Amino acid sequence: MPILEIKNLKVIVDGHEIIGGLDFSVEKNETLAIVGPNGAGKTVLFKAILGLLPHSGDVKWANGVKVGYVPQRVELIRDFPLSVGDFFDIQNISLQSAGILLNLLGIGVVDIFSANLGILSGGEFQKVLIASALADNPDIVFFDEPTAGVDVTGEATIYKILTRLQDTKKFAIILISHDLNVVYKYADKVLCLNKRQLCYGHPLHELTAENLQRLYGEDSALHHHNHGNSEFNAHKND
Amino acid sequence: MVIASLTRIKMINIFTIIVALFIGAAAGYLGSAMVLKRMSLVGDALSHVALPGMALAMLYNMNPFIGAFVFLVFGILLVWKMEKSTKLPIENLVGIIFTASLAIGILITPEPELIEALFGDIASISFWDFPIIIICSLVIFFITRRIIKPIVFSIISDDLARVRKINIDYYNLLYLLMVAVIVALGVKFIGSLLMGALVIIPAAAAKNIGGSLKTYSYGAGIIGGLSSVSGVFISGLFGIPSGAAVVLTAVFIFILMLLYKKLKQVVA
Repeated sequence: MPILEIKNLKVIVDGHEIIGGLDFSVEKNETLAIVGPNGAGKTVLFKAILGLLPHSGDVKWANGVKVGYVPQRVELIRDFPLSVGDFFDIQNISLQSAGILLNLLGIGVVDIFSANLGILSGGEFQKVLIASALADNPDIVFFDEPTAGVDVTGEATIYKILTRLQDTKKFAIILISHDLNVVYKYADKVLCLNKRQLCYGHPLHELTAENLQRLYGEDSALHHHNHGNSEFNAHKND
Repeated sequence: MVIASLTRIKMINIFTIIVALFIGAAAGYLGSAMVLKRMSLVGDALSHVALPGMALAMLYNMNPFIGAFVFLVFGILLVWKMEKSTKLPIENLVGIIFTASLAIGILITPEPELIEALFGDIASISFWDFPIIIICSLVIFFITRRIIKPIVFSIISDDLARVRKINIDYYNLLYLLMVAVIVALGVKFIGSLLMGALVIIPAAAAKNIGGSLKTYSYGAGIIGGLSSVSGVFISGLFGIPSGAAVVLTAVFIFILMLLYKKLKQVVA
C-alpha cells in the first residue's frame, strides 16, 4: 500500500494547464526524484499535492500520514524579533530534537538557539528548515531543491545525512533536483516532468539520452554526463 | 499652580489607573502580532469604524462600547474576507471603506459627544465599565498568548503553516476579533481616532529591542501599559486630554527605543 498515490493530477491556473496527466505513487522508505527544466511545473506539482493549490484528479494519502515539507524558498525576513529557538518553538518542536538534527546537519548548537533568525546565512536557514521538516518524524518529506543556497560540501553532507536518517526512520522522500548525479545516486525512482509526465520509473531505465532530450530539448547531452553505473550500484549495495 | 496640579492628581483615582494599565498592556501585547503581520495601517483604520457605531449607540442611549463593538466586528469580517481573497489591493479598500465610515460617523454623531467619541474621555468610564474592561483585557492577553505562535509561523511561511494543518484562517479571524474588542474597550479611554495608535506604537517601539519573540511581545505589553498609565498621570497633571497624553507618551518611548537601537549598532 503506497504512502501517496497520484492519479490523473491536473493543475489549471487562469485557464492554462500548468501540469497534467500525472500518475505515480510513493512507497514507504522510497525516494522519488522529480526532474525537469525550469518552468516545468515541479514546484506547482508539490503545491498541488500538498493542498496549497487547487487541482483536479486524485491525491490519495495512506491513513495518518505525517508530512514534512522543505519549500524551495522561504523569504527570510530580516529585522524580525525571532530567535532560532523561537522558530522551532512556534512549530512546537522541542529544542532537544531540533538540536540533534542541526548537529547532524553540521550546525553547532551552542549559541544558535538564542541567535536571531535574521543573521543566518541562506545555507544555514535551509538547514534549519530541513531540521524543522524532519523533527516531527514525518512519514514522507517533500524537498524542493533542498540544497539551494548550500555549497557543494554542504550539499553532499545534507544528502548523506538524509540517506542515513532515511535508513533508520524509513520515511519516504520526494525530491526536486536539478542535479542528475543526485538523482542517480539517491533516487529509487525518477519522474520526468515538463508540464506532462514524460517518464517514470527506475533512473537507470528512464534517464535515457532519448528521454532527456525530450525533457530538456536538443542540448540535453550536457545533462547526461558522468552518471556512472558503478557509482549508483555502489550506493545501492552498501 | 502646584496645588492645582496636586488636586488634579488626586482626582485620578485608582480605578482609572487600573483601567489604563489593563487596556494599555493588552493593546500593546496584541499589537505585537499586528506589527509583524504588517497590518499596522489596517489596525489604525479599523479604529475609525468604531465611530458610527458609537454614534448610533449614543443616539439610542446605549453603551457606546456595544455600538463600537458591533461595527468593529462587521469591519473585521470585511478585512478578514479581503485578506483571504488576496487578489484585491487590500490597503486601498481598507483606506476607502474605513475613512468613509469615519465620515459617516462624524455626520451622525451628536455634536456635543463628537469630541469625546473621537478623542475619548477617561472621566466617562463608569463604574460598570470597570469589570468589563478588566475581564476583556485578561481574555485578550490569554488568547493572544495561545495563538501568537501559529500566527507568527504563518507570517514566516503561509505554505509551511498550511502543510502543518494549522488553520490560519481561524487564527486570523480570532485575532482580528480581539482587535475589535480592544479597540471597542479603548474608544472611551483614548478615543476612536487614537486607539489604533495604542495598539501599534508599543509594538513598533519594542521591535527596536530585538531579541526573542517573548522579549518583543511582552515588551510591547509593558510599553503599552507604561505609556497608558504615565499618559493618564500626565493628562491629570497638566489638564490635557488623556488620549493625546497616552499616545504622545508611547511615541516618546518609541523614540527612546529607536535611539537605543541606533546606539547599540554604533557600539557593536
